[in-house]
Amino acid sequence: MEYEIVIGLEVHVQLNTLSKMFCGCSTKFGAEPNTQTCPVCLGLPGVLPVMNEEAIRLTVKTGLAFGCQVSNFCKFDRKNYYYPDLPKNYQISQYDKPLNAGGSVPIRIKGEKKVIKLTRIHLEEDAGKLVHNVCGGSGVDLNRTGLPLMEIVSEPDIQSPDEAYAYLTSLKQGLKYLGVSDCNMEEGSLRCDANISIRPKGVLQLGTKTEIKNLNSFANVKKSLEYEARRQEKALGDGGRIVQETRLWDAVNDKTVSMRSKEEAHDYRYFPEPDLVPVVLDDEYFRKVAGEIPEMPDVRYERFIAEYKLSEYDAGVMTSDRDLADFFEETSKQGVDPKKVANWIMGDFLKEINTAKVGICDVKVKSSDLASLIKLIDKGTISGKIAKDVFAEMFISGKQPEAVIREKGLIQISDEKAIEGVIEGVLKSNSKVVDDYRSGKKSAAGFIVGLVMKASKGKANPKLVNELLKKKLDEL
Amino acid sequence: MEICDKTIHEIKGMLAKKEILPSEIMKSTLSRMEKTVKFASFIKTFPEEALKYAEEQDSAPLKGALSGIPVAIKDNMCIEGKETTCASHILRGFVAPYTATVVQRLLNEGAIVIGKTNMDEFAMGSSTETSFFGNTLNPWNKDMVPGGSSGGSATSVSLGEAIGSLGSDTGGSIRQPASLCGLVGLKPTYGRVSRYGLVAFASSLDQIGPFAKDVEDAAILLKAISGYDPKDSTSVNTGVPDYTGEMKKEIKGLKIGVPKEYFLKGIDKEVEACVKKAIKELESCGAEIKDISLPHTEYAVATYYIVATAEASSNLARYDGVHYGLREKAGNIIDLYKKTRSAGFGDEVKRRIILGTYVLSSGYYDAYYLKAQKARTLIKEDFSKAFEKVDVILTPTSPTTAWKIGEKTDDPLKMYLSDIYTISANLAGIPAVSVNCGFSGGLPVGLQLQAAHFNEAVLLRSAYAFEQMNDYHKKRAFSGK
Repeated sequence: MEYEIVIGLEVHVQLNTLSKMFCGCSTKFGAEPNTQTCPVCLGLPGVLPVMNEEAIRLTVKTGLAFGCQVSNFCKFDRKNYYYPDLPKNYQISQYDKPLNAGGSVPIRIKGEKKVIKLTRIHLEEDAGKLVHNVCGGSGVDLNRTGLPLMEIVSEPDIQSPDEAYAYLTSLKQGLKYLGVSDCNMEEGSLRCDANISIRPKGVLQLGTKTEIKNLNSFANVKKSLEYEARRQEKALGDGGRIVQETRLWDAVNDKTVSMRSKEEAHDYRYFPEPDLVPVVLDDEYFRKVAGEIPEMPDVRYERFIAEYKLSEYDAGVMTSDRDLADFFEETSKQGVDPKKVANWIMGDFLKEINTAKVGICDVKVKSSDLASLIKLIDKGTISGKIAKDVFAEMFISGKQPEAVIREKGLIQISDEKAIEGVIEGVLKSNSKVVDDYRSGKKSAAGFIVGLVMKASKGKANPKLVNELLKKKLDEL
Repeated sequence: MEICDKTIHEIKGMLAKKEILPSEIMKSTLSRMEKTVKFASFIKTFPEEALKYAEEQDSAPLKGALSGIPVAIKDNMCIEGKETTCASHILRGFVAPYTATVVQRLLNEGAIVIGKTNMDEFAMGSSTETSFFGNTLNPWNKDMVPGGSSGGSATSVSLGEAIGSLGSDTGGSIRQPASLCGLVGLKPTYGRVSRYGLVAFASSLDQIGPFAKDVEDAAILLKAISGYDPKDSTSVNTGVPDYTGEMKKEIKGLKIGVPKEYFLKGIDKEVEACVKKAIKELESCGAEIKDISLPHTEYAVATYYIVATAEASSNLARYDGVHYGLREKAGNIIDLYKKTRSAGFGDEVKRRIILGTYVLSSGYYDAYYLKAQKARTLIKEDFSKAFEKVDVILTPTSPTTAWKIGEKTDDPLKMYLSDIYTISANLAGIPAVSVNCGFSGGLPVGLQLQAAHFNEAVLLRSAYAFEQMNDYHKKRAFSGK
């Protein structure tokens, strides 16, 4: 029997705020355990939460950007459950009135456009982190407790592990464009749980789903879904049934293992958080926040193709990151061929960035400098090969290309007399090669070109060298 | 009369005229405390620290409205460096690393904290008998309960161990003990006083307020603790009136409503007689008395015990032995929770946690919690409608005077009904005050006045006018015997 896959994803995203969701503690990653805590996030007796307005603004911004219905009434609820990483033994979250309902995330899969519908995006506080095997026991680090989190829940709209991967990539790209989160999976600022079920092709009713947890990369999300789809197919094929349960991804052995069944599921006893007063958001507020939303990556992608005549591939790379796209556009607007700009960015620019492990905004090369560099090649002032060395120096020092060329004396020699002089010198001292050429070994010419370039320290205009050398050899 | 039997305003007058020193006030209360230990007002006292601080104030200029005034704080409010127990075994050893906003405000005005008072465990009770540390005795008759849950805060002022005190009121826990101990006890409007640092029982009902010997003292204390606090999102940013000034305005033409539902059944005849007499006295001051109806009154107790327990079940979840307080030995985390909470909480607290957990459970939420919220709205609307016609609503505070220790401990429902007149004000969030309106069998009777949101001024005004008609507030429980 042929099956089709149904996937829904729950993504937790840590918002880029300076302070926690309900207290003033820092949100900085990587501090010593329990150093970024206060009575409020420690849940000590008598403390009260106070809403972080910035977290609400970022969630509203996200909702508006993904086309959600953004509620003008922001209220919180308590989700009650016992766990040692949750000091109050309840989490302040949003239950029946999430800030954002509906909406969608655009994806491109095998060249096709598709949208994945969202169920909701709500705001909540993070729990702490259990650290096992400290001093022979377990400890809890509450630095993370109370960090503002957005929970983004998709509809069961995703039809393959590849689509899940594309959804996550697009979602992360959008969130980073919005500047609402770092989306760093290693630091836990983006986390994903996946729900998957299968059903015979053509059947409308959903199959029994399993939930996969412990997914620490997009690649593992894809791999775990592929595994789980296979496992479910095999189980049904063998005449078995799927148990609704939570399964853990074991990245070492590439498989999912059962963690708990639905029967053990919690009754969270949600009720409205009485310590917080609901906040009413007005149209003026929405207008203001909407005004802060940049052009989103899918729109920018289409525009780059139309406006700059980029290929789909190039447009994809150029819009993969907002800073990169900005850099591309700024450079392209300075009278240089956008295709050349894209090539430079995809080539030396990203290579240097990856080697140096720096962010795009930390790069010392300005868009005007890259534009100048491309213009210098176009004018023939330097060769494309020399330009690579110039760029490497610009990347390190932040100097303008003209300065690098001047300091290193890299201006291309296009003076025919000067080149002829170099050629003559080379021919004189390499008479054997010249003899080879004359005896019919035409490939010797290429070798002589190399010698001439070397003698000019790479500065000779290669086109002229070719022309002049050919003339010279033919004269001999 | 000893200094500790005087009021705050009398002592303030003497301090201003330099007739006494802060250390003399402190010594007077400390020496009284030695004689009244058996009443067990306190869980912990700080005599040396308080005296040292008072002595430092002797030579310093007056700091504020409460300079040199010894105050007692209910042991569910945090003071940095001091144990906060909520009269529960489960908080054993918990030392607060921060100070509650109300306490800080008192300290800023120059008050000196002399101790933390006994209470029903986590403020759950009406008699101060559920305290892990044992019960407190009524100053007027030591065989009787002082009321609760803020029993220790009431008795400390009544006995002269403190000149003023703070309690918390979730369903009557200030007004009822004030009534049973013959004091003025005021529950402010929900949002008038910051709850930051008050260990939560039921977050949407809890409110901190003062105990005082008379209305003027209550006005002084209320002024000191009121006002917006950015640390409490439910505190309201609205002006705090000059209560002592407002209080002295006449009540001629003031409309006082008397709801018929509060005089139906279960009310003690003598209590009713005292309250009826008070109505006549207020009328003679020029107030206009009107019969009114609060039709949903009968649902108040049921509504309260759903809302309050639901919130409590969640608020008290944090006492689990993991982060602070009592921890019982256990092999795994679930056992740790079970053993710690079984050993740490008393019966009444457990009863309410179980009840609250039940009413929030899936499948029961709509039938209980949601319905209770709707009933709460109806009760609120009763008051809103009533306050369109009258300025103040007058009722008894408690259906009876203080009862015998142990009399109701085995019958929770009977105990719950002792709060029948006070619970509605918490559900509606309105301010209410209890003042002494006479004695029955040597025990004080309380008169409750309720007003619209943020209208504490009119409460104090009518209570003050009433106080001028009699001298109940001048009687002191401590006779030296």
